[in-house]
Amino acid sequence: MTDLLRRVAEQAEPSAFRELYQTYGPRVKAYMMRCGADAATADDLVQDTLLTVWRKAALYAGDRGSIASWVFTIARNLRIDRLRRELPWQQLPEELMEASGDLPADEIVYAKERQKRVSAALAELPDEQSTVVTLSFVDGLPHSAIAEQLGIPLGTVKSRIRLACQRIRQSLGDLQ
Amino acid sequence: MSIAHHLDDATLMSLAAGTLTPALAVVAASHVTLCRHCQIGLTALESVGAALLADLHRVPLASKPAPMPVHQPQRVGAQTALPSDLPLPLARLVGRPLKAVRWRPLSFGIWHHRIALAGADAGELHLIRAAPGYGLPAHGHNGAELTLVLRGAYQDEVGRFHMGDAADLDQSIEHRPVADAAVGCICALACERPARFQGLLPRLLQPLFGL
Repeated sequence: MTDLLRRVAEQAEPSAFRELYQTYGPRVKAYMMRCGADAATADDLVQDTLLTVWRKAALYAGDRGSIASWVFTIARNLRIDRLRRELPWQQLPEELMEASGDLPADEIVYAKERQKRVSAALAELPDEQSTVVTLSFVDGLPHSAIAEQLGIPLGTVKSRIRLACQRIRQSLGDLQ
Repeated sequence: MSIAHHLDDATLMSLAAGTLTPALAVVAASHVTLCRHCQIGLTALESVGAALLADLHRVPLASKPAPMPVHQPQRVGAQTALPSDLPLPLARLVGRPLKAVRWRPLSFGIWHHRIALAGADAGELHLIRAAPGYGLPAHGHNGAELTLVLRGAYQDEVGRFHMGDAADLDQSIEHRPVADAAVGCICALACERPARFQGLLPRLLQPLFGL
């Protein structure tokens, strides 16, 4: 996948862009619809997300996370942007990345390993923790809305989130 | 910059998920730009979003073909210059260097600059400047309050906060922050909802300033 992004970044290859679109588009669409977008809006946001990936491909830095993670941050930012057009802060997390030019091979391996460990840690979370994490990331609900939906105090939502964070950090260990 | 006070994990996860109240998000993201520890934490939590995205049941795209980009990808180094010496998220909103901010008096030795955010539930965002030894009256909170020290330092019941430190407080905390006696303090302060001031005079002032 990193080769694919490099083809986008360095050669601006249309076939590379189509591949990126087909790989990530259906996931991003599912995410937008879970956050409340209708199908047409979700399709628009998919296009915006992948076009942003295209424009910024050269700024991608592998030491910051996997490509999947980068696509997620762009999709998340565009979702917020659609909700709150006036707020410019949300472009930040992409721009925190330092432009790194060529990606060292070991960084690519690290990013993949990190993603694998996070997925494994998520699969092992107790149900009550994985529910709040999913409602937060996938359904885009703030903690207060999660508390309301589950009928539990806000403090309980936060403590479950903190416990989940601890497990995820532990799973990353030396790869942080 | 040596940072001793970080964002709460619950705040960092909300930032990663994109669900933080806008005022808090600006201050949290500003802290992250200064703090390696929280950058690492945010990166880890963003990969949680990626993992969950990968697990979602894929929804087929509309049948129209993928759009073909008309612009070339950006080249490395195509970043624009900052409008201000503040951390990037705040710089974008304030749009000028800290020394050129228009301060309004709030009480003795305290000035503020309110940053307007659209949306009824966007929260309150202020820059606060305190002269050496001056502080805000004692107050509690009706929701989360997040403070980032931009210059100088302050002290309260929770601890001592220096440049780059974040004070990530929930509604159980009541405090009376006082600026460092030698250098004073400038902070960015975000509240989910207006603070609760104790004492008659601060309560009378509260509606005037929306703090």
